[in-house]
Amino acid sequence: MAFADDWRRVRAIAWKDLTTERRSKAGFNGVVALGVTILMLFGFALGPDTQAIRDAAAGALWLAALFAAVLAFNRSYQVELESGALDPLLLYPGSRWAIFSGKLLANLSFVGLMLVIVVLVGIVLFQVTIPAAWPALIGVLVLGAIGICTLGTFYASMASRSRAREVLLPLLLFPMLVPALLAAMQASKALLGGDLMHEADAWIKLLIAYDVIFLIATHLAFEHVIEA
Amino acid sequence: MSTQSTSWVPPRAGRWPLFGAFTILFLIAGQVLGLTQSPADRDMGDLEKIIYVHVPAAWVMSVTFAIVMFYSLRYLWKRDERDDLAAAAAAEVGTLLNGLTLALGMIFGKPTWGVWWAWDARLTSTLVLFLIFIGYLSLREFVDDPERRAQWSAAVGILGAINVGIVYMSVRWWRTLHQMQSSPETVDATYVLALRVNAFAFLFLMIYFVRRRYESLCLVRAADHAAEAAALRGA
Repeated sequence: MAFADDWRRVRAIAWKDLTTERRSKAGFNGVVALGVTILMLFGFALGPDTQAIRDAAAGALWLAALFAAVLAFNRSYQVELESGALDPLLLYPGSRWAIFSGKLLANLSFVGLMLVIVVLVGIVLFQVTIPAAWPALIGVLVLGAIGICTLGTFYASMASRSRAREVLLPLLLFPMLVPALLAAMQASKALLGGDLMHEADAWIKLLIAYDVIFLIATHLAFEHVIEA
Repeated sequence: MSTQSTSWVPPRAGRWPLFGAFTILFLIAGQVLGLTQSPADRDMGDLEKIIYVHVPAAWVMSVTFAIVMFYSLRYLWKRDERDDLAAAAAAEVGTLLNGLTLALGMIFGKPTWGVWWAWDARLTSTLVLFLIFIGYLSLREFVDDPERRAQWSAAVGILGAINVGIVYMSVRWWRTLHQMQSSPETVDATYVLALRVNAFAFLFLMIYFVRRRYESLCLVRAADHAAEAAALRGA
């Protein structure tokens, strides 16, 4: 019963955040445009040799997605902080983790949608041939997005309420994301190349482990972080 | 926001300066022992002397970060702000040792591996750990409210510590060329003594640094509390 209540809270928070985004759209458009811009810049850094661009496609895609996603995380608290809505939100009864889950779900939808567009553009720009194992590739995208969003949503709850939030969030987040990014990049790269060495499996397992560990850890720690 | 008890008295230096003097002498003795008594390595020659600073720095770094983890957890459990200050003191010293480990490792790596930097598991994860704790210390700088700073840095410290193992594993899968971990069995007996002495010297030095830094952090907080109390009395 209690869990059903919390689940309703999670959905309510996610719905609220997504509605705010949907009504302005400026945030989403800006983030997607930034992702595409970064992809283009990577093209300049790596090109114009087609094979070199293709080899680096997986890494460039994940980094473009990461840099764009970072902007989304601070935003997800920013709107509430500016209108003084975070404290009233905390006054509502119910578990704290539900607030985190809701925000995470909203960020995941936001970043997921952004990722779809950036990946499609990336496939065209980097002349990637879509492999036969494309369902696995989508799985990697989902797992990677979960990893990035979990820690992004968590660290943004602190960074957005500190001085110098623009610096602090990437400074805290990027080193923490090393295993997730490494695993996501290597798995994507292996799958794009046809996974001849069967190495994607190990990376996907690592990604799953990372996601599970930090989903639990952030949900446990959020209570301490949001109340302070 | 600051509702924490102000009942504690800042710790005194006591005999710690004496301990510091002993530590410095012990360190000098350890280094002299390493430099003069151990024979030059068959392959590396006198280059091997650097292990008497590089290896102890790396070992003691791990101990220091374990102290950060311990006090962070204890802070979340007991909510005593002195635990937070102890964690902060240990984090500063740990980051210093971490930087020292990296720098000495690079100096060691250039002549032995031929490169300043190699993307192997231990080097890379040590660098990631360094960056995580740079983030931890920056967080402490950028947050003014003491209670908020304490809770947030405890969370960041614990999550960072959880991540170390995962980072290490991920980078090891990615690429490895570092030698296997050294243990007394893989190191010749003549090196073991000097290595042990220097490991203890670094350990004492770390304890001394953490203690003195903890004292000064406590004094800063006590001064804040006194100023707050004076303001409340309308002085």
